[in-house]
Amino acid sequence: MPLAVGCCQAESGPRCGGLRQRRSRRAAAGGPSRPPPPARAWAPLEAPVGVWTPLAFVTLLSFASRFYRLSEPPHVCWDETHFGKMGSYYINRTFFFDVHPPLGKMLIGLAGYLSGYDGTFPFQKPGDRYEHHNYIGMRGFCAFLGSCLVPFAYLTVLELSKSLSAALLAAFILIFDTGCITLSQYILLDPILMFFLMGAVLSMVKYNSYADRPFSAPWWFWLSLTGVNLAGAMGVKFVGLFVVLLVGLNTVYDLWELLGDLSLSLVTLGKHLLARVFCLILLPLALYTAQFAVHFAALNKSGPGDGFFSSAFQSRLIGNNLHNVSVPEHLAYGSVITMKNLRMAGGYLHSHWHLYPEGVGARQQQVTAYLHKDLNNLWIIKKHDSNTDHLDPSYSVEFVRHGDVIRLEHKESSRNLHSHQHEAPMTRKHFQVTGYGINGTGDANDFWRIEVVGRKAGKLIKVLRSQIRLTHLATGCILGSSGKTLPKWGWEQVEVTCSPYVKETPNALWNVEDHINPKLPNISLDVLKPSFPEILLESHMVMIRGNSGLKPKENEVTSKPWHWPINYQGLRFSGVNETDYRVYLLGNPVVWWLNLVTIGLYLTMATCAIVAMKRGVHLTAELKELSEVLLHSGGQIMLGWLLHYLPFFMMGRVLYFHHYFPAMLFSSMLTGITWDTLLKFCAGCLSFCSMGRKVYTYGMLALMLLIVYSFYLFHPLSYGMVGPMASDPNSPMAGLRWLESWEF
Amino acid sequence: MLGFLKHPVVVTAEINVNLVVLTVMGLINRLWALSYPRAVVFDEVYYGQFLSLYMKRIFFVDDSGPPFGHMLLAFGGYLGGFDGNFLWNRIGAEYSMNVPIWFLRLLPALTGALCVPLAYQILVELHYSHCAAFGAALLILFENSLITQSRLMLLESVLIFFILLAIMCYLKFYNLQKCSPFTAGWWFWLLLTGVACSCAVGLVFVCCLLRVKYMGLFTYVLLLAIAGVHSWHLIGDQTLSNVSVLCHLLARGLALVVIPVAMYLSFFYIHLALLYRSGPHDQIMTSAFQASLEGGLARITQGQPLEIAYGSQVTLRNVLGKPMPCWLHSHKNTYPIRYENGRGSSHQQQVTCYPFKDVNNWWIIKDPGMQQLVVSNPPRPVRHGHVVQLVHGITTRYLNTHDVAAPLSPHSQEIACYIDYNISMPAQNLWRVEIVNRESDTDVWKTILSEVRFVHVNTSAVLKLSGASLPEWGYRQLEIIGEKLSKGYHQSMLWNVEEHRYGKSQEQKEREVELHSPTQADISKNLSFMARFTELQWKILTLKNEDTEHKYSSSPLDWITMDTNIAYWLHPVSGAQIHLIGNVLTWASANVATLVYVCLFLWYLLRRRRKICDISEDGWWLWVSAGGLCLGGWLVNYVPFFMMEKTLFLYHYLPALTFQILLIPVVLQHLSDHFCRSQLPKNTFSALMVAWFSSIYLVYRKLSPLTYGEPALSAAELRALRWKDSWDILIRKH
Repeated sequence: MPLAVGCCQAESGPRCGGLRQRRSRRAAAGGPSRPPPPARAWAPLEAPVGVWTPLAFVTLLSFASRFYRLSEPPHVCWDETHFGKMGSYYINRTFFFDVHPPLGKMLIGLAGYLSGYDGTFPFQKPGDRYEHHNYIGMRGFCAFLGSCLVPFAYLTVLELSKSLSAALLAAFILIFDTGCITLSQYILLDPILMFFLMGAVLSMVKYNSYADRPFSAPWWFWLSLTGVNLAGAMGVKFVGLFVVLLVGLNTVYDLWELLGDLSLSLVTLGKHLLARVFCLILLPLALYTAQFAVHFAALNKSGPGDGFFSSAFQSRLIGNNLHNVSVPEHLAYGSVITMKNLRMAGGYLHSHWHLYPEGVGARQQQVTAYLHKDLNNLWIIKKHDSNTDHLDPSYSVEFVRHGDVIRLEHKESSRNLHSHQHEAPMTRKHFQVTGYGINGTGDANDFWRIEVVGRKAGKLIKVLRSQIRLTHLATGCILGSSGKTLPKWGWEQVEVTCSPYVKETPNALWNVEDHINPKLPNISLDVLKPSFPEILLESHMVMIRGNSGLKPKENEVTSKPWHWPINYQGLRFSGVNETDYRVYLLGNPVVWWLNLVTIGLYLTMATCAIVAMKRGVHLTAELKELSEVLLHSGGQIMLGWLLHYLPFFMMGRVLYFHHYFPAMLFSSMLTGITWDTLLKFCAGCLSFCSMGRKVYTYGMLALMLLIVYSFYLFHPLSYGMVGPMASDPNSPMAGLRWLESWEF
Repeated sequence: MLGFLKHPVVVTAEINVNLVVLTVMGLINRLWALSYPRAVVFDEVYYGQFLSLYMKRIFFVDDSGPPFGHMLLAFGGYLGGFDGNFLWNRIGAEYSMNVPIWFLRLLPALTGALCVPLAYQILVELHYSHCAAFGAALLILFENSLITQSRLMLLESVLIFFILLAIMCYLKFYNLQKCSPFTAGWWFWLLLTGVACSCAVGLVFVCCLLRVKYMGLFTYVLLLAIAGVHSWHLIGDQTLSNVSVLCHLLARGLALVVIPVAMYLSFFYIHLALLYRSGPHDQIMTSAFQASLEGGLARITQGQPLEIAYGSQVTLRNVLGKPMPCWLHSHKNTYPIRYENGRGSSHQQQVTCYPFKDVNNWWIIKDPGMQQLVVSNPPRPVRHGHVVQLVHGITTRYLNTHDVAAPLSPHSQEIACYIDYNISMPAQNLWRVEIVNRESDTDVWKTILSEVRFVHVNTSAVLKLSGASLPEWGYRQLEIIGEKLSKGYHQSMLWNVEEHRYGKSQEQKEREVELHSPTQADISKNLSFMARFTELQWKILTLKNEDTEHKYSSSPLDWITMDTNIAYWLHPVSGAQIHLIGNVLTWASANVATLVYVCLFLWYLLRRRRKICDISEDGWWLWVSAGGLCLGGWLVNYVPFFMMEKTLFLYHYLPALTFQILLIPVVLQHLSDHFCRSQLPKNTFSALMVAWFSSIYLVYRKLSPLTYGEPALSAAELRALRWKDSWDILIRKH
């Protein structure tokens, strides 16, 4: 007892005077090399062990838990069907399209390639057996990155709180969370994303800790590492944007503090600013761009994703019909063509037998824009006033010229491209475009004037290179694609309208892509190869469109963001029936509910601390230090949690449970810091008797044991269950089904 | 005793002539020829139908916002003695004589006019000069878009009025608080007047504006934020004792949170009390809610037995009711042997969900252990967890499901009424009743109140409405499936009994007669106000109208530069027309002012951080508080629209615009105070101001034919008014 009282008083003086005054808002410079802090009421757990031994210990545990039964189940689980497939595409160098940026899939592909996977497994649907294919390499890679999360979290919390036990608690939470284990064991993007995300947070915290030695080597190292990790996070999924935001806010705050420091000259400030601009903006941008460059260089064969991109883009791909294309160069009457809209990610002009439904304009055949190559994209150019078959050898070839009035006949249904003064289905300001007429016989509303942008009347029209505008003769409107997705009746294709507002936008411009005319000689065309920035921009537009297209369907049960922190419902990774090997992605409920409670606890504690300080309550040096950790370090982590969680409430796309895991990482670190602070506070309050020490030590131990025990209970969720479902009272897991919504 | 008589009774009146003049000008400019045009103009057609329903006391649900706005309009109708008999079906339709259109438009016009003096007062309370305040009021006065919007039976001007009023009240309260020394008496007075008068009165209106449309919410949040910042300073004020700080905070909490919430509830209370008749939107609500309205379902369900018993005849309504409300239904037709896509079916009797009342919606709850289809005496109630069979009333077939794919959702099981074809497909017609909103596990299944899941005993599939509608062979009715992989609870799996009676006839013939006869009734069930409130509130928030683009809808980006307008009305013969078009010059100036403010603010901020003070501390706080309010008001009323997926119109921008306009005089005064130091620039500045204000007036005059709808302009004049290519001005072709 005397020991506790004594040390508290002893430390308050010199420590506060010396180290902490240099930069009062930061925890004193530290890291592993720092001399051990003077003994305190809660000292016993910290001082003797050092920092590296526990780090090695948690890393070992983490790797062990992630790699245990890695090869089970030996079949495709859940989204492995997508990401494994995309890994194979890289190995086969086939072009594909995905809504996520390429880095994650490239890494998976690389891991597969290095470990001897040959890219031949089709990854058709979940449940397919891998047989002889080597999938362990890819899973192992993901598990490796997933295991790194634990040491990262450990180091981050250690740096922020300077408390070994806080760091250990956070590490334990992550090691023994069944959700994190499950998510790390399969070929998924999430472990890769979380790796970069935690890497960015760790390096940010590290470079902050060198604030008193700016421009030193470690400072530069950690600063640029932050940038590298940001690029990585952005390159895996767009969710990485949130961590960019976190680092951005942190940097702005940092600069603001520096600006207020009048001892720094403006030149120094400029240096600070430039260093950050370079490392946190330019460097990540360069890396991000570079990975796209690699992506486009690696995928040089035509594949399933071609149609999403412009004609110019497609001409790059080996095997695409536009690669080293050889087509008739000038449009002639009777030619069969496809027309592609020039807006980013615009589709082909398309029609099909289905009619517009009742109440949507006239009940005529639908005309849409469609992103895939399809026979229904074919149109025949005809003269507006005659219905002769120009392919009849008795007619001479007649070229289409700029300013001609033409008729476009849909090849499959023989209906004419038609427009009239009915409202378009989505863009009500525009006119509806339909397919009309029988066997090419329609009315005057089928006539369009074909014009080429920037050309004079009478000139011929070139395939691929001419930018064509189609003006409706009767109403003067211009054929365009609005980019809006039609509802179910339109098969979720893109709307095509006729716009009465004459504007020069790519929406209203088209180019001819395929061109079939047997009477004309094929000429090899070197299509204008697009520049890299154009490709980059285009692929981003396509990705954004794809992302916003992932809308939940009516009456479908979807996961709601408020479900996530309470661990309301998991995701079935593998297995449906009783005999299957079942894996269920669900967080360790004890851990998750502890995290949830802690968020409330943190808010209460932070409010108390901040109000007390504002009211000018006199705090002891020890309490000041605690509240500093709580508000500053905890605040950073809390901000991270908010940034990774709240935006999901505003997202219209389909959401899944695993979207919460980045936020969960922050939440776990917060738990470590908060409980450590709380227990220290309690220990400080009780420091008059020997209770203080015990409260702290036993509190921490109890929390850790609780976590380990709950993991022992719930470990079958990640390592596989066989036998009756938990809803069956005979199942061994029946007692663990604490919520009715869990289905394991 | 009579000491007070020693002093003479003196009344001193102080009249701010500026305010009076502004109010009168506002009234003239908003109320002039108010009842012209005597025809339905634009959204009047929308608000009008609700108004009529109000007048007839018929219940309705409007997803655009809480009911307070409609209530206010209805009050105007009440004053004018409107009986609600008008068919609101077409923009431009002439009003019949019974529509007191002057009264209907009076309230929006009055509130619109009062915005002018309010703008003046707000700037004064922000400690800006009377000159700047007068300028702000003039800008509001000559803003064409605000005039158009307040002269019609629309709610935006009411909303803007309440927003400004709330801001003004809060500023008054805050200014009062600052000048009070800290004594018990002063404190009490401050609390009483400051909170009770300014704050409470003001915030009563904050909650009013909440009600008008949820747009009011944004301003409420802004106000809460400002009050939060002020309270934070209060907490930091260490001259105050802990107790007084607590009192301050509590008082604010009461005024800013408790009173608005209470008012909000009370408006719903009045709304529900006024509208007690069933009407067109009944179907959206749950059966329990409908039963609480007069007429409609209540007429049928009154006096139904409460507890479902074995032998009960019931209709089962899906709780979700999307895409449309419907009842579990079956009919003689069977599933086609092969579907269009080649998959096979069981060829048993179809079970669907049917959106209309029909005798085929009746089902009988049967005890699997007994043959009888009538209710025994005494009735044996069905409880949570009981296993029952559902017998279709007309065809006497059993609800059945089996391992056959459903017609449109191949991952789920088909639901059919079992026909024994004598093939190896036995009946599997046992269903376990699970009451989801039960209080205990022995709860009895109750009519209307209980929400029930039917879990198939053999396959544990759950009876569910898939939301897809069947093709021709199923008469486009909605598909019913057995969901095997039930992912948690979803309302599409829940059913409640709507109509209910105890079956009396065992014989098929008699039963058909019984099913065709209407149910009898005597007791009515009343839902508590809170239950009705939560349901209505939830429906208002979640109800999604098919949001399709409108001819005049626009995107938020078009608003700043006013690239769009809305044609409200066109005279049937002449070229007279009303448009929502703003005063172009004011809009442009407001944008410039915003830009100047932001640049100057950032400049000052960075320089202050380096301890270089360009302006005095007081000047800086004046600048920050005024800007924070106006710019903040603009932002909170504008930015959220970028995240909305609703159909948006130019008039949604008007509240934001009002704040932006208030920023102009703030910036102007700042410029003249700090940048025109000697006499010459001051004079030049004043001259510029006069020129600028006169050009604003000129623009207002120029556009006023489109604002007031008269005089009628010729085609050439109209063409000349089309200052922007994107404006849609209607020009008749002759």
